[in-house]
Amino acid sequence: MIRSITQKKPEKEIERLLKGLNRIFIIGCGTCVTLTRTGGDPEVRAMKEELSTKGKMVTGQTVVPVACDNLTREFLGDFGEQINQADALLIMTCAFGVQSIARQLSRMVIPALDTLFIGKETAVGLFDEICTQCGTCIIGETGGICPVTNCHKGLVNGPCGGTNHGKCEIDVNKDCVWTLIYNRLMELGRIDSMRKYQKPRNHLGEPKPGKFKLPEA
Amino acid sequence: MPTKFKEALESGKFVVTSEVAPPKGTNLEKFKHHIELLKDKVDAMNVTDHQSSVMRYPSLGGAMMVKEMGGEVILQMTCRDRNRLALQADLLFASSRGIQNVLCLTGDSVMLGDHKEAKSVFDMDSSQLLKTVRTMETGKDLGGNELDGGVSFCAGAIVTPEADPLEPQLIKFEKKLEAGAEFIQTQAVYDLDKFKEFMDYARQFHVKILAGIILLTSAPMARFMNKNIAGVFVPQDLIDEMASAPKGQALAKGIEITGRMIKRIHEEKMCDGVHIMAIGKEEKVPDIMEAAGLI
Ligand code: SF4
Ligand code: SF4
Repeated sequence: MIRSITQKKPEKEIERLLKGLNRIFIIGCGTCVTLTRTGGDPEVRAMKEELSTKGKMVTGQTVVPVACDNLTREFLGDFGEQINQADALLIMTCAFGVQSIARQLSRMVIPALDTLFIGKETAVGLFDEICTQCGTCIIGETGGICPVTNCHKGLVNGPCGGTNHGKCEIDVNKDCVWTLIYNRLMELGRIDSMRKYQKPRNHLGEPKPGKFKLPEA
Repeated sequence: MPTKFKEALESGKFVVTSEVAPPKGTNLEKFKHHIELLKDKVDAMNVTDHQSSVMRYPSLGGAMMVKEMGGEVILQMTCRDRNRLALQADLLFASSRGIQNVLCLTGDSVMLGDHKEAKSVFDMDSSQLLKTVRTMETGKDLGGNELDGGVSFCAGAIVTPEADPLEPQLIKFEKKLEAGAEFIQTQAVYDLDKFKEFMDYARQFHVKILAGIILLTSAPMARFMNKNIAGVFVPQDLIDEMASAPKGQALAKGIEITGRMIKRIHEEKMCDGVHIMAIGKEEKVPDIMEAAGLI
């Protein structure tokens, strides 16, 4: 399953965003941010505490089941009064949730989290960014491992000179994806596909912002 | 017409290149001084391109300065800060101004430099940049459009002979050669027996190879490189030798060691020449060459 990976914004930034806004309604989400412990029930409660000690009035709080779902509006309907009293909604969901709520309620929304990437849980409690939806998938030639996303520089012709002991030049805790691809292709007996020159990538797969409409049946 | 550097490569002589780094700012005095010092001693001077992702005076501007002062220049170009439009445009500009040696690099991560929050580009990589040079030489740009007035370059690339793991690096190296690299300046090598092994492999290709040599300035500097620079391994006996230098004599020791290494590479005809990097100590390059018996 894919998950939206988030991290709490620095306290100073949240303070700045809430400056002059005194009555706050807090919203968490029961899905990804509950799993990553950035916007589930305990975090929402802790945020309430934090705001109270800073002299804010928390008009209410809730954890919606799936913030990015279109049913969120109905769920939040039960909190109409508390939401209406608030100067702003402090939202502890990923940015998909923040935007869904902003569209549905037409209220001032403040994200409390930064959305880092769409991750796959690769081991218990470990999430990796493995695809950035580039629109022109090339992993048919890289053993099913994505260098566009997993190489820090998105290189498609092999490693840069910074690779060190199989790790990436920016972080000894991150694998150099070209070592992984090399090993995988060797295993599969398909190393020739790494030897093939790849021309500069096509960035025109789906010009931003992406849009997809289901064709009429 | 081949560049002077290309002629030197083809002549069979032991080629020596070095590098000069443009300043952070517009005070070009020291930069000019380095060019003045080196221009008649080396076969060509590389001008670095925001080395280590630290913002500086541009390599293209620095290359023009070398040219104006009568030196032979190798323009370093990384793919870190420019997309394919900007890189092609700069190649047009360079060629039109007679800057016709180019070293094609991918470039370091922006995160290693002094503008860590900047957006990095990497629209292309080193092998694609080499191919771009070759494509433009046919009179067309990457979009397949005719160029009104073409370009001509002696294009090169780098390799890390002691990369770990080595095999993926060598695949990339071969791709660079196929993409059109005529010369290679290697990452710094210190273990010359290991370098010879690399050359045994590399000799099968039609490419000129200049061994990268970084001047050791102190034992801690050598240890720092071992720890922090990918693919650079200073053997323990060299570190010990550096450490044995009397106080205040470390640099002289480094020059002696560097000169001795170059001499051995030259005498044993290990490769086609050397690329001397004396980062921050450019004025010592003539001393190194003297210690190597080259001048
Ligand atoms: S190449 Fe990578 S980023 Fe692009 S679609 Fe495929 S997996 Fe995703
Ligand atoms: S070390 Fe590997 S993963 Fe990191 S930027 Fe270089 S090629 Fe990409």
